[in-house]
Amino acid sequence: MPEYNAGTFEVKRLDILDSHGNSDRALMPSLGEPEIKEIYRRLVLARAFDQRVLALQREGRMGTYASILGQEASQVASAYAAGNGARVFPSYRETGTLIALGYPLYMLFQYWSGDERGMKVPEGMNVFPICISVSSHVPHAVGAAMAARIKKEPVPSVAYFGDGATSKGDFHEGANMAGAFNLPVVLICQNNQWAISLPRSRQSAAATLAQKAIAYGFDGIQVDGNDVFAVYTAVKRALDKARNGKGPTLIECFTYRLSDHTTADNASRYRSADEVERWKKLDPLARLGKFMEKENMMPSGYAEEAARQATAEVDEGFKKYEEAGPPSPEDMFRNTFKTPAAGQMKQLGSFSGGK
Amino acid sequence: MANKTVNMVEALNMALAGEMERDSNVVILGEDVGVDGGVFRVTAGLYGKFGPERVMDTPLAESGIVGMAIGMAAFGLVPVAEIQFMGFLYPAFDQLISNASRIRARSRGRYGCPMVVRTPYGGGIKAIELHSESAEAAFCHIPGLKVVVPSSPYTAKGLLAAAVRDPDPVLFLEPTRLYRLIKEEVPEEPFTIPLGKARLVKEGRNATLISWGSMLQKTIKAAEAYDVDVIDLMTLSPYDEDAVLASVKKTGRAVIIQEAPRNCGFASEVAAGIAEKAILSLKAPVIRVAGYDVVLPFPKLEDFYIPNQRRITDAIEEVLKY
Ligand SMILES: Cc1ncc(C[n+]2csc(CCOP(=O)(O)OP(=O)(O)O)c2C)c(N)n1
Ligand SMILES: [Mg+2]
Repeated sequence: MPEYNAGTFEVKRLDILDSHGNSDRALMPSLGEPEIKEIYRRLVLARAFDQRVLALQREGRMGTYASILGQEASQVASAYAAGNGARVFPSYRETGTLIALGYPLYMLFQYWSGDERGMKVPEGMNVFPICISVSSHVPHAVGAAMAARIKKEPVPSVAYFGDGATSKGDFHEGANMAGAFNLPVVLICQNNQWAISLPRSRQSAAATLAQKAIAYGFDGIQVDGNDVFAVYTAVKRALDKARNGKGPTLIECFTYRLSDHTTADNASRYRSADEVERWKKLDPLARLGKFMEKENMMPSGYAEEAARQATAEVDEGFKKYEEAGPPSPEDMFRNTFKTPAAGQMKQLGSFSGGK
Repeated sequence: MANKTVNMVEALNMALAGEMERDSNVVILGEDVGVDGGVFRVTAGLYGKFGPERVMDTPLAESGIVGMAIGMAAFGLVPVAEIQFMGFLYPAFDQLISNASRIRARSRGRYGCPMVVRTPYGGGIKAIELHSESAEAAFCHIPGLKVVVPSSPYTAKGLLAAAVRDPDPVLFLEPTRLYRLIKEEVPEEPFTIPLGKARLVKEGRNATLISWGSMLQKTIKAAEAYDVDVIDLMTLSPYDEDAVLASVKKTGRAVIIQEAPRNCGFASEVAAGIAEKAILSLKAPVIRVAGYDVVLPFPKLEDFYIPNQRRITDAIEEVLKY
């Protein structure tokens, strides 16, 4: 018996906008000027919010925070493609996604200040609460897609997670289920090159993370994660495919975490400043700005005005957060069960409220 | 023998370095334990000292880490696995309950599982969800797994060395709030504190206060105004029931203090032991001071959840009424 080739696989990579703001016209998605400007505005807002939380954290007014600096294109452009017509399953590093979907800023301030009222996802938003246990939400997205199919709702699932998450069993179990049931799921892996101190090269021996999809029988694609057009295109295609019953897609957004892992981390212990500097030159926001200038979508003062508006929105959100005040201590007895158990009611009864 | 004044992180680091020097089979594995030295710096410097083969930065996979440790332990190594926070031990619960705790029984003694799983545990550090868990009771319920909780730098060093030298799997829970809270003198040389033995922290006549980990420190403060025994259990499974019973038979009153939710917490096990074996010595009902039966709230309400000194004092006053 001769040995023969039992399968050949390929992994595509998509780049549309380079770091100088030049785009590949043939690959450009059909986005008009107002839409491109809207994406730009949301990128600016996401960055403004991110920088504000970091500043407040330094003053001790917010808790530990995971910055999205450098990953805004992956988050905002994918969320823009998904909109409210998909169910979104975020991890802790999806502030840009949530903001692009219209999540109220004051609630994000609440969440990151340690007030769980911030995760009471507003009615009308198709967002599941932030998942802290890495990759454990991937199967939830798959289950939601199954529910959508059975209930005949045309709502695909979009799960966000990191490069590190692809090492976890839950990712593999979820991906395999999605493939086996041919479910409408888009798995967005933001490969930001680091899982805390572990570099991508040591997370997996695989050449790309996108190729992990192949083992589960569906497509994986790598895109330039700092390129809003590549991210938008890949997510749009994957959603169309999901809605047409063609099953799941894994999208690896090749990006970079410019900040420390969280405010509790010190990345200089494990990575070089040179590497960070190299990636700063690939900044997703500056890149879109250059493109817009070249395309005459950026009248003088436009960028400043967008920044000013974003600052005003963040100010407004922070004001609203402060006005909401702290949660009431009795709050903790609510929502463990729909109807509190008798024992909980007794505990609430004897709870004096004081510290 | 020289002493050094250190916090708990430093004491744990000293214990690991000491055990790795003593026994070349001792290896460390986990997320960010190598180059970075661990998110709480417990393994700082060990990668430089012992190299990447003995201090392994693993991919992000808790079940894989604990599962791999089981294989290493069964075949000649003594792995010390770090799980970044107790909330991320849950993905590895399966490996602990289905395998680590049963390898010896399953092979009728042919294989053992001499490994340690270390993890920061408990609240009081204003962290986001799943970073403040105190689920010790769930693990104490697993026969074949030992559960150890230090309450100070000294006990941390001695207990960790003992855990590494133990022939069976040990879950070593490090109270995160205490990591840098207290410093004390600790011998520089390796030493062990036997597993399964409690320690009498303070001696008195009128009641027995029983606790462990971070709540022990609050219990000691609350006890200052009273003539009471304070017992630090140190090992929860198997726990030193004899020490508890001897004290309760002397004082006739018991208060057990835990941070975890009340329902089926470890305090319930201790209370049941007292009810079974010392009820005729009791002058007052046994009281559990515990967290509430709710999902641990986020930082803004955490202080209302975690038992404070006032709640401990109230319980002492209550038993002393009888
Ligand atoms: C199951 C689990 N294990 C460990 C952690 C602690 N932790 C938080 S983030 C992180 C690294 C995640 O890396 P990656 O998936 O690449 O996402 P990134 O943080 O880079 O966005 C770790 C180990 C966790 N939250 N959940
Ligand atoms: Mg990452």
